[in-house]
Amino acid sequence: MFDWFAQLGRSAIDFFARLGSEVLLFLQAIAAFKALVFRPALIIQQLFSIGVRSMLIIIVSGFFVGMVLGLQGYNTLIDFGAEESLGVMVALSLVRELGPVVTALLYAGRAGSALTAEIGLMKATEQLSGLEMMAVNPVERILAPRLLAGIISMPLLAAMFSAVGVFGGYLVGVDMLGVDTGAYWSQMQARVDFEQDIIQGVIKSVVFGVVTTWIAVYEGYTCLPTSEGVSRSTTRTVVYSALAVLGLDFLLTALML
Amino acid sequence: MPSTDNNLVRIRDLHFSRGHSKIFNGIDIDIPKGKITAIMGPSGTGKTTLLKLIGGQLKPQQGTILFHGENIPAMKTKKLYEVRKKMGMLFQSGALLTDMSVFDNIAFPLREHTELPEVMIRDLVLMKLQAVGLRGARDLNPSQLSGGMARRVAFARAIALDPEMIMFDEPFTGQDPISMGVLVQLIRSMNEALELTSVMVSHDIEETMAIADKVYIISQGKIMGYGSPEEMNQSDSPWISQFVHGEADGPVHFHYQARSYSDDIFAGENRD
Repeated sequence: MFDWFAQLGRSAIDFFARLGSEVLLFLQAIAAFKALVFRPALIIQQLFSIGVRSMLIIIVSGFFVGMVLGLQGYNTLIDFGAEESLGVMVALSLVRELGPVVTALLYAGRAGSALTAEIGLMKATEQLSGLEMMAVNPVERILAPRLLAGIISMPLLAAMFSAVGVFGGYLVGVDMLGVDTGAYWSQMQARVDFEQDIIQGVIKSVVFGVVTTWIAVYEGYTCLPTSEGVSRSTTRTVVYSALAVLGLDFLLTALML
Repeated sequence: MPSTDNNLVRIRDLHFSRGHSKIFNGIDIDIPKGKITAIMGPSGTGKTTLLKLIGGQLKPQQGTILFHGENIPAMKTKKLYEVRKKMGMLFQSGALLTDMSVFDNIAFPLREHTELPEVMIRDLVLMKLQAVGLRGARDLNPSQLSGGMARRVAFARAIALDPEMIMFDEPFTGQDPISMGVLVQLIRSMNEALELTSVMVSHDIEETMAIADKVYIISQGKIMGYGSPEEMNQSDSPWISQFVHGEADGPVHFHYQARSYSDDIFAGENRD
């Protein structure tokens, strides 16, 4: 009985210790952003590695998700004689929900796992220790540029996902199934609200950008410096990011509706 | 308070534990200026941990580590990073940044900490590479280097900022005889030419004894002995004698602690 309590206490202490160290490290990384203003090359390099290299998977996925939305939406709306509203349905689904959420999930799988593995391997091969001994703070030099690049990349990638998705929906709905072109675009233009829909989507993707990138860099930075440790951290990055994105999506939707 | 003695680093009453395992149990070490001090001992005795404690990457539970008279464990992060500019460290793996060429690896600390123009950085990097004999390898990536070359590049990077002290973590491990000879000669000649203070962690007895001015032998959290290499070689302590002469059995037993052999063997007879 006492063992059970002791175990519970130890787990609680470990949890709060980890949470505390995570928050402190996050604040250090945020504080390092101001120094990055004078070193744009560091951010540009990471924007390329995190953002540009994720574009292919985001664009291809967005295109297929848009096509599926067009197909499913048409088959549902036609029962009500409302197939002209296909453009609105596709656009709202993408801008409000699927764009930010699916982009974040894909980003966690593509860029997040790569970030964790990269930083984890730097730790395992003593490169992070080497930086410390060269009087270079790894939080400022390694973590902060990646975090900032992730925060900038995510809304841009989500916007691309939604834009390509709208085009995919158009291809299926208008070109294949015969929905009127004018109705597809004009209803979308009339019903998609900038503040209500687009800004909400942007807010979500920024939050997902912060959370998923932070999970990725933190897991890499704190992983066990062994091949198994790096592998476990990489897995945790994808799992934690997916759970955090889906949980936060519900929370943010409830708050902003 | 600035130090007035001839020691660059003074370690006093150092205690350090990891979990329940006690690594150091109140050790005292002096690192004299301008000399090569070797820290030796069996694997797993905390030699690398000691370097990390001196570099401020780990904090002891008790004790002081004075560098120029200032206590490293008590330093704030900013001060610690300033002090580290006066230290260089050569890691066992080399710890070269894998996404940069050899040239950029050595230029890295110069670009991070100085405002020097690129032309001057180029000259300095080539000078450091010339000193370690790898000027021709400047455009290679770390993955294209042999183990010995990687350590020489790491050495060049460690001296890029002209530190006062350089710490070597197992510099000879896994090296072929030629690479080992090159590293031994480099460490000795650089120490003299740059008036460096060197701390070398190693268990390669012959090579270390050949270039060290002072040797500490540590084990089980304590200093087992210290003195010049000659004194260590002639020590009448059975433990030091076993370590220095590489004897298989002695105070350090060949067998890991276990119950008696016969008990273990006959325990099998009672199985169903």
